[in-house]
Amino acid sequence: MNALDRHILTLVTFAPLAGALLLVLFPRRDRDIRIFSLVVSLLTLVLSLHLPVHFHRMASGFQFEVDKPWISRPNIHYHMGIDGISLWLVVLTTFLTPLCVLISWKSVHDRVKEFFILLLILETALIGVFTSLDLFLFYFFWEATLIPMALLIGVFGHERKVYAAVKFFMYTMIASVFMLAAILWLYAQTGSFDFVYIRDHVGSIQSFPAAAQWLFLGFFIAFAVKVPLFPFHTWLPDAHVEAPTAGSVLLAGVLLKMGTYGMLRFNLGLFPEQSRHNAPWIMVLALIGIIYGALVAMVQPNMKKLIAYSSVSHLGFVVLGIFSFTRAGLNGAMFVMLAHGISTGGLFMLAGILHERRHTYEISEFGGLATPMPAYAKLYLFIVLASVGLPLLNGFIGEFLVLTGAFQAKPIYGILGATGVIWSACYLLWMFQRVFYGKVTHPVNNSLHDLYGFEKAAVWPCAVVALVMGVAPILWLASIDPAVHSALAPLAQGISKVVMP
Amino acid sequence: MTAVLAQVQVIPQASDYIRILPELVLSLFGILVMLLDAVIPEEKGPKTLGLIAFGGTLAGLIATWFTSHSPGSAFSNTIRVDSFSIFFTFLVIAIAAVVILSSFEYMTVQRIRAGEYYALILFSIVGMTLMASAIELVMIFIGLEISSISTYILAGFRRNDAASSESSLKYFLLGSFATAFFLYGVALIFGATGSTKIDVIALKLQGAPAPVLVFVAMALMFVGLGFKVAAAPFHVWTPDVYEGAPAPVVGFMSTAPKAAAFAVLLRVVFVVNAPGRFWFLWVAAAVSMTIGNVGALVQTNVKRLLAYSSIAHAGYLLVAFAMTTADNSLTGISAAMFYTAAYAAMNVGAFAVVSHFANAGERYVTLEDYEGLGRSSPLLAATLTIFLLSLIGIPMTGGFFAKFYVFSAALRANLIWLTLIGVLNSAIGAYYYLRIIVAMYMREARKEVPVTPIPFGLAMALTLTVAATLYLGLLPNRVLQIAQHSAQQLLPSATPANTAQIPPPAPVSQP
Repeated sequence: MNALDRHILTLVTFAPLAGALLLVLFPRRDRDIRIFSLVVSLLTLVLSLHLPVHFHRMASGFQFEVDKPWISRPNIHYHMGIDGISLWLVVLTTFLTPLCVLISWKSVHDRVKEFFILLLILETALIGVFTSLDLFLFYFFWEATLIPMALLIGVFGHERKVYAAVKFFMYTMIASVFMLAAILWLYAQTGSFDFVYIRDHVGSIQSFPAAAQWLFLGFFIAFAVKVPLFPFHTWLPDAHVEAPTAGSVLLAGVLLKMGTYGMLRFNLGLFPEQSRHNAPWIMVLALIGIIYGALVAMVQPNMKKLIAYSSVSHLGFVVLGIFSFTRAGLNGAMFVMLAHGISTGGLFMLAGILHERRHTYEISEFGGLATPMPAYAKLYLFIVLASVGLPLLNGFIGEFLVLTGAFQAKPIYGILGATGVIWSACYLLWMFQRVFYGKVTHPVNNSLHDLYGFEKAAVWPCAVVALVMGVAPILWLASIDPAVHSALAPLAQGISKVVMP
Repeated sequence: MTAVLAQVQVIPQASDYIRILPELVLSLFGILVMLLDAVIPEEKGPKTLGLIAFGGTLAGLIATWFTSHSPGSAFSNTIRVDSFSIFFTFLVIAIAAVVILSSFEYMTVQRIRAGEYYALILFSIVGMTLMASAIELVMIFIGLEISSISTYILAGFRRNDAASSESSLKYFLLGSFATAFFLYGVALIFGATGSTKIDVIALKLQGAPAPVLVFVAMALMFVGLGFKVAAAPFHVWTPDVYEGAPAPVVGFMSTAPKAAAFAVLLRVVFVVNAPGRFWFLWVAAAVSMTIGNVGALVQTNVKRLLAYSSIAHAGYLLVAFAMTTADNSLTGISAAMFYTAAYAAMNVGAFAVVSHFANAGERYVTLEDYEGLGRSSPLLAATLTIFLLSLIGIPMTGGFFAKFYVFSAALRANLIWLTLIGVLNSAIGAYYYLRIIVAMYMREARKEVPVTPIPFGLAMALTLTVAATLYLGLLPNRVLQIAQHSAQQLLPSATPANTAQIPPPAPVSQP
């Protein structure tokens, strides 16, 4: 391993933080601050592209590992590493952040410095969550995402921002202390916070069988609130509606994936038997989420709320895929995570562009927008179709794989889940029709400006990636599949134990 | 009895004085401040005396450093200098130094005569350092009284304000009750064991079942110390006293006397191995956390809010005391020591901001006054936010690691329920700290609140406390090692509980 490979994860993780610290020293010249943030986030993106380029697809286990002692007693290490699962989530984060900077170019004009500092700190915390292999470090970054996100919502949000920010903070905070308790219990029993060590040795703890179910739930509740899985989803629509556009993009694009990533990594990794044992009710909740989210999205008068509920529905697919314990299901879950990040990120940016011009998200305020804003309408349609799951675009592959997996696990799950695909076509296309087609209903909309250059620069990358992901999913699945395969290995052992006592 | 008497040296030696060097230096500076107060002209007074007092604390820190090189006992085995006592001495003096720095401006703005104020702070830390290093109960009591009496007066220093006088009087009346309880406990334990020396008491209580008298004595001593650390159910005074007392003094008395009292409590609980303490401490910890956090939820006065928060934090700290076996006690002691340090850094810092912002007559201390502070004074707001995040227990801050370490120790001792109560409480607690952050950043100012520039002393104080808070959160290793080393010295018989229940190269059982 050369020097760059050894330090690349540290570099990628802390580059945005370094940028944020430099920003603190910047004079309050808004233009310079924006350009500097863009440069920092692009630099991070370039650095992070080193990961997929030099990633060994066939190798199992973690790559680009760093493991240095940080605190001697309690035994905490600065242990980072990525596999095929976390690799793409890191890249997703670094991909979306520059777009967030672009989309906030004009829309944030008050306290610009604070905004970009928070955005960059948030990026560091998010990358850290996906790269940490030490449970302390993981929890450290996990909690560290809370503050910048809550502040982004609460300071830069819309009318009910304080309520939404506090609700977001309290929901996730209360849920994650259960995970903290579970992590501390594991440390007390194993003397280590190291994920790999705990994973390999957790079975030999004497009191583990009695505690395993509680530990599983401790982790699960933290992740389920973050996802959010029905019925823990109520913070999400509020947070999304009130958040500034960049906040929504990162919230839907990356923050929610922290939950599903956590389930995949920790629930399945550390507690395979409990995962299997609990899978039925979790899958039922996921199905409820898929259908309920879609139905509620259908009746939303508010565009952003509609997209928020569509996230509840899409993330339901991810959970369904994970707990189907099939190779197709897990591959699909990973792919939906990435696809949802891209297309929902795009949708939130597009909604934000409209809000910029009219200061409202009410669907009824619009109509016939395709006439004054043709380029915008085309791009919007493209992203909507990607989100709906049109074949050859990114949404299709993931959902198809998830449904295949769910069907293998239990046919009825596959059948019910498949209705979600239909619902999502309904609510998104109906929304599109109401907003863009027909005559212009409000005269004020006639004079709306079509996309500006920086807006195009923000949304086009999403569209391009959505297309590439749809046409050549193998680029992603080639590295995801081996990781998924090894994630399923302990579960397969679990089955053999059950079958052959 | 003869053996005990034989140890007694009647004439103190030079090494005895070196071992109380910090106390001597601080007392001298305190007297100097009082004397100079009479000769220095009124207009120059506050600044000069403040600087002398600050110099006194620096000299005290240097003296502590000297003392740390000659560990051992002094004055007929009533004082012991070890890394435990040095830790708390250093902490208490450092707190005083920062509080003095942040008081410069406050004295001028509130038109308070400074001489007695600085002298009293110096005298009170003399008492606290004595508490940290005393290993004899009467000596501890003397330290307790020196520190308490000074703080009673400090609480009433805004003489023209009724609330301040009320605060002082309440603190005095309840506080003297509490110290009386403590003294009564000392008397009873002397009756039961025939000694007031902690080592001897520990020796006497070893093995044989403890007589009822010991239980009563321990309970009474806990009442006295529980009052000092504001642990439930002896917490009722806290909100009123904190609300009325001058803000820098609250920063001081919510950290320094607490640290000293916790030092005594650590010695009494763990060295004596106090019998029957487990449920007592368990309940006190759980109730303190809950009452503190629930009480703080509805406060609108920032000082009252932080008063309830200090009750809650005393509760988190007491979690580390609910250890029974010797191995777990080591982790418990070091966790408690680390927590006191982290709490001191963040709380002194928070009160420094509050006292600057309060302005003349402490007019601006409600949540409403903090609205829009993020815009009108971004630096001050950002600093306060760091302290509040640390009080919540957000990563990268000392408060996070302190809580993490305490709960980790508790789970190692299998205190699952207490840990759950603790983590849930810290989640609930996040809400009220968040309210201050919300007010500062997410609301616009509704009334005109003057923002004065940050003076140099305050800037220094804030830099120090922010640096300490972040240092303890990011690089806790050094302080942890000191704490663990001290715990080891305190309980030489215990083995460090580094090993887990399964040995590191655990056999992997293949199915």
